[in-house]
Amino acid sequence: MSAISSDLNALIPEFVLALGAMALMMFGVYAGAAWQRIANGAAIALLIATVAVLGILQPHAVAFGGAFIADPFAEFVKILVILGAVLTLFMGESYFERQNLQQFEFSVLVVFSVLGMMLMASAGDFIVLYLGMELQSLALYVLAAFDRDNLRSTEAGLKYFILGALSSGMMLYGISLIYGFAGTLTFTKVAMLVHTGNITIGLIFGLVFLISGLAFKVAAVPFHMWTPDVYEGAPTPITAFFSASPKIAAMALFVRAMIAPFPGAVDQWREVIYLISILSMVLGTVAAIGQANIKRLMAYSSIANMGYILIGLVAGTVQGVEGVLVYLAIYLVTTLGTFACILAMRRSGHMVENIPDLAGLAQTSPGFAFVFAMLMFSLAGIPPLAGFFGKFYVYLAAINAGLYPLAIIGVVVSVPLAFYYLRIVKIMYMDEPAPSFDSTMGWPVASVITGSGIFTLFFVLGAAPLVQSATAAAQALFP
Amino acid sequence: MLQTIAFYVFAAVIIFSALMVISSRNPVHSVLFLILAFLNAAALFILLGAEFLAWILVVVYVGAVAVLFLFVVMMLDIDFASLRAGFMQYLPIGAIIGLAIVSELILAYLGWATATPPGPPSATTPGVSNTEALGRILYTDYIFYFQTAGLILLVAMIGAIVLTLRHRVGVKRQSIARQVRRVPAEAIEILEVKPGQGVT
Repeated sequence: MSAISSDLNALIPEFVLALGAMALMMFGVYAGAAWQRIANGAAIALLIATVAVLGILQPHAVAFGGAFIADPFAEFVKILVILGAVLTLFMGESYFERQNLQQFEFSVLVVFSVLGMMLMASAGDFIVLYLGMELQSLALYVLAAFDRDNLRSTEAGLKYFILGALSSGMMLYGISLIYGFAGTLTFTKVAMLVHTGNITIGLIFGLVFLISGLAFKVAAVPFHMWTPDVYEGAPTPITAFFSASPKIAAMALFVRAMIAPFPGAVDQWREVIYLISILSMVLGTVAAIGQANIKRLMAYSSIANMGYILIGLVAGTVQGVEGVLVYLAIYLVTTLGTFACILAMRRSGHMVENIPDLAGLAQTSPGFAFVFAMLMFSLAGIPPLAGFFGKFYVYLAAINAGLYPLAIIGVVVSVPLAFYYLRIVKIMYMDEPAPSFDSTMGWPVASVITGSGIFTLFFVLGAAPLVQSATAAAQALFP
Repeated sequence: MLQTIAFYVFAAVIIFSALMVISSRNPVHSVLFLILAFLNAAALFILLGAEFLAWILVVVYVGAVAVLFLFVVMMLDIDFASLRAGFMQYLPIGAIIGLAIVSELILAYLGWATATPPGPPSATTPGVSNTEALGRILYTDYIFYFQTAGLILLVAMIGAIVLTLRHRVGVKRQSIARQVRRVPAEAIEILEVKPGQGVT
């Protein structure tokens, strides 16, 4: 009895979120459409309450025989994931109101997918890894097709679902091979077995399939094909969510699923991820240059960014994981800020998504253009903006781990990468102005834009607490 | 001895029907062969002494999934001939990729070292049935996984409703309460119709 209660203590934040989500669902079913605004607010309150519970209790324990790990690493990731969801709900509401897509299920599905991501962050064995990922993905498939009368949105949902199911199948096959050759599914026990030096070829087979499935979830090349179509087709706030929270959770899971069970097979997985990282950086950059739609551009940008983040994982050291976490935190804020800008791109009541629509924005609305430009500079990694530090930490980890070629490729690729971000800045500042956007962006979107602008500009002054907690989180992963 | 013969018979039927699933021309036949494969796999489970898994396989896969497939195949008018039209065109590249994967698998298999199995799987305690033993584990050690799986099903249900439910306006629905509440006084009106005049 005492054993199960201590197990459950580690899960209190998840319980709060799960029960709250079910209560929210019942409220939405019985309260009717008029209460949509309240359901949305309640979802935000619920997520903030979960963060509060997480921050106050800080449950550090291993529960259910190693299946669920609550440690600083998981905590760091969970807070980032919830931040992404809160900002999405916050700035998405007015969009759904305008597009007549108000349904309380949106917030319920977001909350359930956050629950899945929290399980992913805390996964201690391969079953929880899979269950968390499915809980998250199923909710995301539905969200992609949320605008169900729109052909593009349903296409996005269907593509995401079919390719996601395929990748889940590959991953399960890999997990079954790992189980067959290691005889256990718990990360710590697999680590003990792999340490003894009996790395069989069957285990490596399973490992490669596992990496393929995880690479799909973070949208790394060559498993990236779904990203541009899904990003373009899904409603814009949902695209913002896709590019933020699920990427963070999947990347955290990727890091844990490599480092916790396979420290003994580091040479085997490092080779594979090395290649995935280079391919993602190169393809994400090259393919983005010709894009005209800004949501597609952001899709390729996220592919390239995932390539950069994977450099930290390839390093496989405490410093590497720290780099991954710092990069993820900066990426989250910058991306959501950029999507808030995209949400504000409306002309006479309609969303516009093409890059030429931004022409001459600096003359029509200078403040907006300035923040947008700062975010682009940050994504390009220009010092002293936030994005530079993300890249700096992963390069530093790569160099300290002796991975000079990877760091050099990263720096070389960042030149064309900077080109396409700077092209947007050039269009905004140099080109003949297009008709101005609607001035009513709504205070939630405006405050997200302002907040992300402040974060990007002044990150250099207040970075210490973030970096310190990232260090603590990274150290938790290495016993 | 009898068990070994039974195993080979069932296994041979599974392989045969699996081949027929992908090679038969009529999609309805494919689904029927798929059901045959499932049933024989269930028989293999019974040979292993896992009767619960065998029944789950029959109930879930044969009873629900395969029958659903059958409905879809029969109700959707898919022209399978046109789906196969590009087959010859893509055959060379497909064959190359297939060959590459097969050769990789063979290479891997040559260096394959399976661990020696740690003895036969432990039998359940006498007097405790397979189902009961599974239930004991599922609701104690595996309660966390079990509940998470439940949440996944809940999300799947919400998703299905979000994507398909449409509230149509102007639909005539039966209201049993109103029907029961009706009394003759308000339902029937007796009129005296005079000759030559209609009812207004």
